[in-house]
Amino acid sequence: MAIMNVNPTRMQLTKLKKQLITAVRGHKMLKDKRDELMRRFLELVRETGELREKVDAELESCNAHFVNAAAVMSKQSLDASLFSPKQQLSVETDVRNVMSVEIPEFSTDTRTPDSGDIFPYGFALTSFELDDAVMSLNDLLPDLIKLAQYEKSCELMSAEIEKTRRRVNSLEHVMIPRYQETIKYISMKLEENDRSSRTRLMKVKDMLLEKAHHYSN
Amino acid sequence: MAKNIAILGDSESIKGFSAIGLDVFPCEREEEAAPLLKKLAGSDRYAIIYLTEELYAVSGRELARYSEQITPAIIPLPGVRGKRGTGRSRLSSFVEKAVGSDIIFNE
Repeated sequence: MAIMNVNPTRMQLTKLKKQLITAVRGHKMLKDKRDELMRRFLELVRETGELREKVDAELESCNAHFVNAAAVMSKQSLDASLFSPKQQLSVETDVRNVMSVEIPEFSTDTRTPDSGDIFPYGFALTSFELDDAVMSLNDLLPDLIKLAQYEKSCELMSAEIEKTRRRVNSLEHVMIPRYQETIKYISMKLEENDRSSRTRLMKVKDMLLEKAHHYSN
Repeated sequence: MAKNIAILGDSESIKGFSAIGLDVFPCEREEEAAPLLKKLAGSDRYAIIYLTEELYAVSGRELARYSEQITPAIIPLPGVRGKRGTGRSRLSSFVEKAVGSDIIFNE
């Protein structure tokens, strides 16, 4: 690992030591964040997987209902029945903070007070297959919203985990070793300077003693 | 602010959703999907945009733009032409991104 390009001075050493402490503390916290995010993410992803299976299966059966309805009704009357909707869904998005990741929480509201008020047509001219189809779709709606919320949360969390993981790795394998090596380099250099100045002093002392007293050892 | 829910897809797959209160946007040709999606997602009127799996597969670039934002949530759904498993593979890609390899959906 390459050391940093710094002057081997005492001031730099103190500075680097402080930075190392910060880096180690940051690394620990980010690691904790990553672990906790990962735990929640895996929990959420499992739940989402199950929900996805369920929604896919139910949508398939809804589609089958619609195919049935289309089979007994003419295309024109089917389209006419459906394309003037009575109901309008609105979604309120709340933001929840999970380990500094902002994830959405959707809550829905319908235009008419009765959320079951879904049939935009009279029952006289349409087949009961269509009623079935619309009703099954309406029953599925809460799950659809939940699926959207869960999948979006998974998406956002996975991006954050990836980022955090990169930060943890860069701290662990690049930043911290580099600080440690540099600190080691500086302290060795300082010790070396110390030793060399000490031997120089001893040498000077010897020379002075010899000059004054013709004393040598 | 209250937003709505949109669904994009071939008209066969999505017509039922208009009855339950979603805004439907029929889109028969694949090349129309990306501009339409861009318009809907950019308009900031929709909190959730459902897409049929067929259209989801062809609008990759538009999807990436909104993946970091909280809304709109763009979610693939199977259409009448049968399911392709896009939802599952999408989840598995999230796991792969987070963990490094897919440890949940890889069986």
